[in-house]
Amino acid sequence: MSLISTQAVGVQLGGTRILSHVDFAIDRGEIVTIVGPNGSGKSTLLRVIIGAIKPTEGQVISAPGLRVGYVPQKLHIDPTLPMTVGRFLSLPRRHRRATIRKALEQAGLPDLASRQMTNLSGGQFQRVLLARALMNSPDLLILDEATQGLDQPGAAAFYQRIAEVRASLGCAVLMVSHDLHVVMAASDRVICLNGHVCCEGQPEHVAQAEEYRALFGTGTQGALALYRHTHDHAHDDASGCTHDHDHDRTKDHEAAQ
Amino acid sequence: MMMLDDFMMRAALAGLGVALAAAPLGCFVVWRRMAYFGDATAHASILGVAMALGFGVSVFVGALVVALIMAATVSSLSGRGYAMDTLLGVLAHSALAFGLVAVSFLQGVRIDLMGYLFGDILAVGKSDLAVIWGGAVLVVALLIWRWQALLTATLNPDLAKASGIDPRAEQLGLTLALALVVAVAIKVVGVLLIAAMLIVPAAAARPLAGTPERMALIAAALASVAALGGLPVSFVFDTPTGPTIVCIAALIFTLTTGAAALGRATARG
Repeated sequence: MSLISTQAVGVQLGGTRILSHVDFAIDRGEIVTIVGPNGSGKSTLLRVIIGAIKPTEGQVISAPGLRVGYVPQKLHIDPTLPMTVGRFLSLPRRHRRATIRKALEQAGLPDLASRQMTNLSGGQFQRVLLARALMNSPDLLILDEATQGLDQPGAAAFYQRIAEVRASLGCAVLMVSHDLHVVMAASDRVICLNGHVCCEGQPEHVAQAEEYRALFGTGTQGALALYRHTHDHAHDDASGCTHDHDHDRTKDHEAAQ
Repeated sequence: MMMLDDFMMRAALAGLGVALAAAPLGCFVVWRRMAYFGDATAHASILGVAMALGFGVSVFVGALVVALIMAATVSSLSGRGYAMDTLLGVLAHSALAFGLVAVSFLQGVRIDLMGYLFGDILAVGKSDLAVIWGGAVLVVALLIWRWQALLTATLNPDLAKASGIDPRAEQLGLTLALALVVAVAIKVVGVLLIAAMLIVPAAAARPLAGTPERMALIAAALASVAALGGLPVSFVFDTPTGPTIVCIAALIFTLTTGAAALGRATARG
């Protein structure tokens, strides 16, 4: 069974239709990226999935006991609210000091536990947000344009970290992103959204799809030239994972290159 | 309970009870930018006082009911795209005006009006004390019980939702607590200054605190100092006690914020 799935989900907010008939599912250990132009309902779909928006039609089914780690698009901390990094990592569940130190270390950060959140750099802030989402070893990690405001090396390092997290925790990752070529490199499956699911599949499949090209233009071909797919994770069925998509893409790859 | 026979002792305990409940709750009011919300709820309660006096029920119950209705109204209107500051301004002041007009219809209450507007802490009786401490304990218990969830929901509602916390339920809890504090604080500081007991100690504690917990504790301590200090000061200078308490809280705020600004300036220079 999928970790979480939506069935024919439609959302209407304030009289405006944002999503219609979205069928979506994500399996354990999968990295899925949602791409789409501005206003295509990407963030709305994520918010439906975390339960912040109740869909107007259809339903969301999640596996029992599903643990979700969520990294919001941006997090504004009111200046009246004092919040150290250590305290932030202990929300919503409290953790021991040693656990927090270890989490920061894994996030590639120095011991910032007593530093105020508002004094962090943009890159550090994003890493702390990610570290918090990972605190209770989620089954599903959800990131909403988590690299917004980071420079290109910063974003690349961030995605590198996500790949490591998936490899070590085995959690599924669902993200929305604008960094098209990075997305292409880091995802198992790409969903192209524009109010509805335009097309979906393996990155190279989506990149070739007419619907995708219609949305993003031919300019993305340049970006695709940067595409490198790294197979640093094993897909043997002995691991007990079930995949509804096949993994013979090394072949397509060679053909594509 | 001999010591409760002394009116100064009762006044001190009443002030302390309100301070200990209002200050930590006030931190949430400040963090969530609900200052005007507190004002609207407090001002509306004068209407509850008038109705309670008219129908001959307890002032506490009347104030609580109207404060609850007001808080629930504002809470449900928020996040629906209204211009909240305007709406709250309209609600707060019209509730106050309607309350004052309603009070004027009552016979023989005119003399008491000052007591409800500015509090009458020296007239606190043993039953008032029981109501104040009962309400204060409830509010503090709610805050301790829901602390982690409230804090997460205050930080970001989506973050809370993803962790299985319902931010609307937490908001409702805060709303209830706010109405309760307003109702128990009327006797101590009066409807016009309740919001001050929520906001001023919290704001004064902000520069001294590095974590939300410390801010709540420091706010409670500062509010207690203001409440207990205000009593003798108002006695010596023969000033109204409620406003005197708020004045002391305001002075503490000036001190802590001033010291913090000075500290930043020296660090830079």
